[in-house]
Amino acid sequence: MSTVPVEPVVEAPRNYLNASYGVKSWLLTTDHKRIALLYLVTITILFFLGGAFAVMIRLELATPQGDLMTPDTYNKMFTLHGIIMVFFFLVPSIPATLGNFLVPMMIGARDMAFPRINLLSWYVLTIGAVISISAAVMGGVDTGWTFYTPYSTTYSNTYVTLMAVGIFIAGFSSILTGLNFIVTIHTMRAPGLTWFRMPLFIWSHYATAIIIMLGTPVIAITLLLVGAERTLKLGIFDPALGGDPILFQHLFWFYSHPAVYIMVLPAMGVVSELITCFSRKRIFGYSFVALSSVAIAILSFLVWGHHLFVSGQSVYAGMIFSLLSFMVAVPSAIKVFNWTATLYRGSISYDTPMLYAFGFIGLFTIGGLTGLFVATMAIDLHVHDTYFIIAHFHYIMVGGTVMAYMGGLHYWWPKMTGRMYPEGWAKFSALVLFVGFNLTFFPQFILGYLGMPRRYYAYPEEFQVLNVMSSAGATILGVGYLIPLVYLFWSMRYGERASSNPWGATSLEWQTPSPPPTENFTVTPVVTEEAYTYSHEAPEHV
Amino acid sequence: MRELFRFFPDSASSISDAVDALYLWLTTVSTIMTLLIFLAIGYFAIRYRRREPGEVPAPVLGSLRLEILWSVIPFLVMLSFFTWGTYLYFHSQTSPKGGMEVFITGKQWMWKIQHPSGPREINELHVPIGVPVNLTLASEDVIHSFYVPAFRIKKDVVPGRLNRVWFQATKPGKYHLFCAEYCGTEHSGMIGWVYAMERHEYEQWLSGGGGEGSMATRGEKLFQQYGCASCHTMETAGRCPSVRGLYGRQVLLRGGEQVTADDSYLRESILNPRAKIVAGFEPIMPTFQGQINEESLLQIIAYIKSLGVEGGEEVEATKK
Ligand code: HEC
Ligand SMILES: [Cu+2]
Ligand SMILES: [Cu+2]
Repeated sequence: MSTVPVEPVVEAPRNYLNASYGVKSWLLTTDHKRIALLYLVTITILFFLGGAFAVMIRLELATPQGDLMTPDTYNKMFTLHGIIMVFFFLVPSIPATLGNFLVPMMIGARDMAFPRINLLSWYVLTIGAVISISAAVMGGVDTGWTFYTPYSTTYSNTYVTLMAVGIFIAGFSSILTGLNFIVTIHTMRAPGLTWFRMPLFIWSHYATAIIIMLGTPVIAITLLLVGAERTLKLGIFDPALGGDPILFQHLFWFYSHPAVYIMVLPAMGVVSELITCFSRKRIFGYSFVALSSVAIAILSFLVWGHHLFVSGQSVYAGMIFSLLSFMVAVPSAIKVFNWTATLYRGSISYDTPMLYAFGFIGLFTIGGLTGLFVATMAIDLHVHDTYFIIAHFHYIMVGGTVMAYMGGLHYWWPKMTGRMYPEGWAKFSALVLFVGFNLTFFPQFILGYLGMPRRYYAYPEEFQVLNVMSSAGATILGVGYLIPLVYLFWSMRYGERASSNPWGATSLEWQTPSPPPTENFTVTPVVTEEAYTYSHEAPEHV
Repeated sequence: MRELFRFFPDSASSISDAVDALYLWLTTVSTIMTLLIFLAIGYFAIRYRRREPGEVPAPVLGSLRLEILWSVIPFLVMLSFFTWGTYLYFHSQTSPKGGMEVFITGKQWMWKIQHPSGPREINELHVPIGVPVNLTLASEDVIHSFYVPAFRIKKDVVPGRLNRVWFQATKPGKYHLFCAEYCGTEHSGMIGWVYAMERHEYEQWLSGGGGEGSMATRGEKLFQQYGCASCHTMETAGRCPSVRGLYGRQVLLRGGEQVTADDSYLRESILNPRAKIVAGFEPIMPTFQGQINEESLLQIIAYIKSLGVEGGEEVEATKK
């Protein structure tokens, strides 16, 4: 397993892609790999849709006056951007595509524990997405993705209830996927694959699944209550009806803070795979990286109150939430340090996935460190609800999650499609993305500290220079996403054929042909060593 | 536009320099951390780049000592952010004695401001420098957020409750007032200016405005108008509690609980009298929910407060 070039597999005779043909064979498939591709298509469409809304936002903000569209349209643009990107792209992104494809393969299983539930979860997401998009088409929603009450329940006269129904339904897709991961990881590991031999990708998906199972029901209930108050005038959140608007914020963030980790933990799992493979090294501090995922999953449920520092929440509650928010930063820091240390004395290559991994670490570090700013109550007092927050979470979500997703997509592309992507173009677009990203979002930190509030359709003139930089960066960023769309499509037909293990990686998915046969492994693999055993030499001490 | 690039907004309150100092500390630490990680990655990536396709490096064992080191040290540094930030935050949330009061009502999409002595303004707030200004924040509709970047303060304006925040301006000038919490169509138009003035200029401004009488006199009129007076007067003292000397007092409730009669309690007693019933009285007071707007409520509260002062209960009222 350790020596690198494996002889290329010539024309895999039968694999999961050519096992059967026709639309029906895809829409009724229970093969986790095909379902992963169904998800890939769906969320790619949703990503570009969410991106189109972002384009409108950045265009409007190129000038201080509101000129391109009406304020109501603008408010719908940022709402739809947020809703689509968070609930329909970032939450399903890595788990539903790469996770679906790889969790069974990495543990040496033939499929998920519940293959039909797996297919159901894709239908559920699709139905949720269709409903939400129809809400957008019928007239949109203008509450912001956060649905704060009583604006969302009493004052907005847009399609809030319909949108809430769409998100409510999509939540069940997450729950079903999470359930499948947990059961699959518990019961279907190959002989010899003990918990502490599992690739870190599996650990992070396991931790993610726990958060999904515990958190998603809460957002579902919250949205249900919003719908109930809107339609039946039940007094839950609106004080005019006897409700409490702050209650909504507690419920919303009880899910939505952990949701940050639903989005970023799988990304961390991807990065652990990339860093080890492209430095041909065992991960530094395996158990610390693995268990830090679990620590994050637990702590992430105890910090939601950091979104309420200026709401009038008790200062003592604020103090506890602030302290806990610093604590949740520790396991993330542990990961960053261990990734860096893994490079030490490695054999590092600069293939595209590794460039994305580097990009991830850099941007996630900035995103994480600025998280400490907002966990510091006196700073949050000033930057809460400004562009500082926008910049901070885009560094985590786009700089972190999307970079890792792109890295993972390139890394496993040969396994998924049996074709290599064009390396030159891929490197070029990774660079374009990195530059575009920083130009878009770094100025927003400064804008935020200068005091520009978020969700502003028009703004004072002194903020224009930074906004123009941001809009220019967004254009570059957009190009950076379009190039891979083109060459990945191209490569499915014209790309060079991939061998079963083009990167010389050690995990099980690479020990079977590319693309894999429907049953993944012709012989059930037996695991005899730890993950990332690139060398059998006796380990050195640092 | 003064300079093309600036990194800090105007600094014009008693806490703004302290917030900036903390921000600089965080920025310094973060920059060092980022550089360390970038340099380490850059150095390793070049130093240990793959030289031949087949090379396989020797494995390196993890190190418990390093793991502990890089968990504990960052956490200790974070504790410095935590303590400093919490200290400053507590300071920013506890208003000092002897300040002046201003009452603010947020409404889609404007700020209505009332000064106790009379003047009212819209989207403009005049304050003297060097005096702590306590704001009571009420909303007529949705959540807004009162934000003055130059003062580094922000507080949500939440319907159904009265939030409080204070600041002390230190530098005369004209500063942005923003609504920071998204509140609908014209959210970005819900902006205004804070004018911080020298004391004497402020006095001058005060005497120029008003004319309609103080908040308390307006409150008194409303007290008559809404028929509160018909119950809450000395004559019917048996049936209704007197509101004279009420403000700031401990009120015994039916069921034995005690509450302090502060702004929020008064507001609730008017809008939702049945929520807390005064011991020894029947719940006969009608609800005024939806009939009196937030601005008028603040005036009635100011009136009841002024009664406290007249009744010689001033000591009680200001003690808290
Ligand atoms: C029908 C008679 C009636 C009217 C009219 C009325 N109240 Fe009352 N009010 C009461 C009674 C009785 C109580 C004590 C029982 C309770 O707590 O509900 C009370 C309690 C209060 C309290 C709490 C007093 C305490 O000692 O804690 C306040 C404040 C108050 N009323 C203000 C008002 C205001 C302001 C209005 C006019 C907008 C008003 N009331 C109109 C009968 C009345
Ligand atoms: Cu959070
Ligand atoms: Cu607003």
